[in-house]
Amino acid sequence: MNISLITFPGTNREHDMAMALKQAGATNVNMVWHKETDLGKTDLIVLPGGFSHGDYLRCGAMAANSPIMKDVIAQSKKGVRVFGVCNGFQILIEAGLLPGALLHNNSLKFICKNVHLKYVAQGGYMKPDEMIHVPIAHGEGNYFANDAILKQLEDNDSIAFKYCNDNGICDDAANPNGSVANIAGIYNKDKTILGMMPHPENATQDHQINTSARPFFTSLLNSL
Amino acid sequence: MTQNALKSSAATIHEPEVTFELAKGYGLSREEYDLILNRLERTPTHTEIGIFSVMWSEHCSYKTSRMHLKTLPTKAPWVIQGPGENAGVIDIGDNQAAIFKMESHNHPSYIEPYQGAATGVGGIMRDVFTMGARPIANLNALRFGDPSHPKTRHLINGVVAGIAGYGNCMGVPTVGGETQFDSSYNGNILVNAMTVGIAEQDKIFYARGASVGQPVVYVGSKTGRDGIHGATMASAEFDDGAEAKRPTVQVGDPFTEKLLLEACLELMQKDAIVSIQDMGAAGLTSSSVEIADKGEIGVHLNLDLVPQREPNMSPYEVMLSESQERMLMILKPGHEDVARAIFEKWDLDFAVIGETITERNLVLDMHGRQWCNIPVPPLVDDAPIYDRPHTAYDVADLDPRFYDELDNSSEHILTALKQMMSCPDMASKRWIWEQYDGLVMGQTKASAGITKTQAGCASDAAIVKVNDKKALAMSSDCNPHYCFANPFEGGKQIVAESYRNLCASGATPKAVTNNLNFGNPERPEIMHQFVKCIEGMGEACRELGYPVISGNVSLYNETNGTGILPTPVIGGVGLINDLSQSMDMAFKSEGEAIFVVGQSDAAKGHLGQSLYVREYHHLKGEEGGNTPSVDLAKEKVHGQFILKLIQQAMISSCHDVSDGGILCAVAEMMLSSGIGLKLIEPHDLSFYFGESQARYLVSTNDPQSLIKLAKSENVPVMQIGSTGGSNLTLSDEAKISLNELSALHENWLHDYMTSLS
Repeated sequence: MNISLITFPGTNREHDMAMALKQAGATNVNMVWHKETDLGKTDLIVLPGGFSHGDYLRCGAMAANSPIMKDVIAQSKKGVRVFGVCNGFQILIEAGLLPGALLHNNSLKFICKNVHLKYVAQGGYMKPDEMIHVPIAHGEGNYFANDAILKQLEDNDSIAFKYCNDNGICDDAANPNGSVANIAGIYNKDKTILGMMPHPENATQDHQINTSARPFFTSLLNSL
Repeated sequence: MTQNALKSSAATIHEPEVTFELAKGYGLSREEYDLILNRLERTPTHTEIGIFSVMWSEHCSYKTSRMHLKTLPTKAPWVIQGPGENAGVIDIGDNQAAIFKMESHNHPSYIEPYQGAATGVGGIMRDVFTMGARPIANLNALRFGDPSHPKTRHLINGVVAGIAGYGNCMGVPTVGGETQFDSSYNGNILVNAMTVGIAEQDKIFYARGASVGQPVVYVGSKTGRDGIHGATMASAEFDDGAEAKRPTVQVGDPFTEKLLLEACLELMQKDAIVSIQDMGAAGLTSSSVEIADKGEIGVHLNLDLVPQREPNMSPYEVMLSESQERMLMILKPGHEDVARAIFEKWDLDFAVIGETITERNLVLDMHGRQWCNIPVPPLVDDAPIYDRPHTAYDVADLDPRFYDELDNSSEHILTALKQMMSCPDMASKRWIWEQYDGLVMGQTKASAGITKTQAGCASDAAIVKVNDKKALAMSSDCNPHYCFANPFEGGKQIVAESYRNLCASGATPKAVTNNLNFGNPERPEIMHQFVKCIEGMGEACRELGYPVISGNVSLYNETNGTGILPTPVIGGVGLINDLSQSMDMAFKSEGEAIFVVGQSDAAKGHLGQSLYVREYHHLKGEEGGNTPSVDLAKEKVHGQFILKLIQQAMISSCHDVSDGGILCAVAEMMLSSGIGLKLIEPHDLSFYFGESQARYLVSTNDPQSLIKLAKSENVPVMQIGSTGGSNLTLSDEAKISLNELSALHENWLHDYMTSLS
């Protein structure tokens, strides 16, 4: 099993992600610099969090045009699995691999805190209504999609995670950033590409106390 | 525009004539100016006088503080590098070193809060990674003016966003700190930033070590006109025109610094660097002078080769610019290409701008002309040293009648508790720390705050894991009110509190960095505060085996003649050898016995300068009484006893007793755990809110063993209550629910920052 962790100038959660993948049993996690052009044979492409290109211009906009992204897009079209977290999610949207947009948090502030997520898709890496407790750490994670895209996401069973409270209720009070319909993460139609704002990788290690995202990573690796 | 097109021709540069009047505008005194004429035996050029003025500024030369700083203890077997380099270094075992320092960015943060605070964070991280360490944690100590002051809200907003903007982008977790308010900071806020990094002991880099005939290399961002005379600005007090000094504030680019960090650490694996110095205050001037002075050599630079982002810069501007994210290094000859390849990979400027020379001079060429040729030693060694006069003052203790007239009813004590837990200094700082990424890097065990923290664990110190087993604990501390009323005891107390915070987290205290913020030292009473705080700190550090390994001095924190409270902040670092033996402040179950360690009876507590007297009686300064005295022998014994309790797994939570005394401490433990508590019997108010030192609160399932061990170690202990329920119960008539207290504690800052006026 080959996992490619793509790093851009300004990426900063690549080691957190590698720790989580290794904890779940991954052995071959390769860091790939954005100036590379060929991923070779890979089973999973991961775009970790950070501030690629300083989040200047628009989060993820410049990274989406990095040399390596041509191959990321090409391989994803062939069905190779792609997983983007936080800035990685922003890059996937900017690259056109996932629909919608990520706006400034409605508080206009960077927020780092723990949130509850409810898994709402019928297929994919978790079971419907399963919950995980994970941190968010972003300034621009306010997911927006127009009604047509939202309908498409719902029709295609593409909404992966929604922000909820500890009872699993997805209301405004549980929405940390103003995301439309409390959306925290989405799939593409075939569920081979997943992008999400929260950081499940920071809820996997013993010293992190909260290890609620371990089953998610196990399932992610089992799907390969 | 090409790089060449940005360069001016020599003809367009007109240096002003150098006179004493000009030098005075750059902060030099008549005596200092005459000394320069004397040393050079001629009138300096404009570039030269600029260089002298920044090197001899208070900020760079420590001319007021140097003779006093020398008295601080700086050595211990585990200290690898004490003060004098970019940061201090200690041995933490397994060939690992912890490298850390705290630094102020007070003046710039008042003028331009976002950029001032951001570049403060950027600067301190550079100090740490210059030495070969990867930064693993940031902390900050902030002091703002009275919440009712019209500028306070705006300053908090900008400072917090600036710290968040820089630290989050760098991918270094901000894990702790402190925020306090007092009207003495209305015109001079304090922004002190601390970075802790980890390096391998055989890959530590220093400014010293350069020799003759080696290339001088410039890397990082291009040089612009920002921050010129920033060091001079930070060496003078403000008047009403402070805002007009905005051009002296630097502008930060955390993305470039992230690239610079990765590029430097990559090059440091290659055995190519002889010495390295970041360009902080006084930019290219102080970095080249430091390298030359420490290597006992000279430096010859061609300023045409310095990457510039603005056209027509003069040599004076190039040398005094404080543009951020730049480094100067001396390479081993022949290693230029290896280094260049790494910096080009990271899209950073790389330029060989000169070489080291035998003659101990700083020689600067530009446009085919020489603009500066001055000996290096006078810039550093001959910088004036001032033994400024200081006048003692005494603050009387609270009148015994004050104690006699206190209302000791449980109802009153409860009312006071509510007020104190929601007052600006004690209220939750969630609105601040939720803007900081406290979790990036994935190694944070305990982060800022008391309840619902980012790391899910609240301890007296922030805890960050450094390898499979070990962790570092760190905290920042200062009680300016104590330091005002009694600078000597106040200085001791800060060190003692830092020591207690580390012990309470399960860490062995190792070393400290200090950040000494004071008013105008030319006023004898301010100088008294400075001298006595250092004496107190020195005594405590010596007694506790807790040396000072780095630090920073910020004087002239004054506006229109009103100075800040003396605020010498201590950043302490301790080592937890086995992460499974770290400690937090949350009760773990119902029915635990709660003990005070360090006290055996319900004696009166010390209320002078306490939070209770400040918040409830509005008695501050000279009216607030005297500072509690600090018994360093007790601090040491009680601290070691706490560590023993933790290592023998005899307690389930621990919290030091400081601001707000026993009752506020126990309330925080309750909030942290979500488990209530009941106190055994009513005591006097001063018992609950007194701030006598050398005390901790612990909870245990095994009170008998604790009492037995305390007896054998000769440490006084006293049970004050037990855990259970969902209230803090003082007596049958006086209780408060967890939820009510939590709301009071959580709401103040959030409401303040989100209200319009």
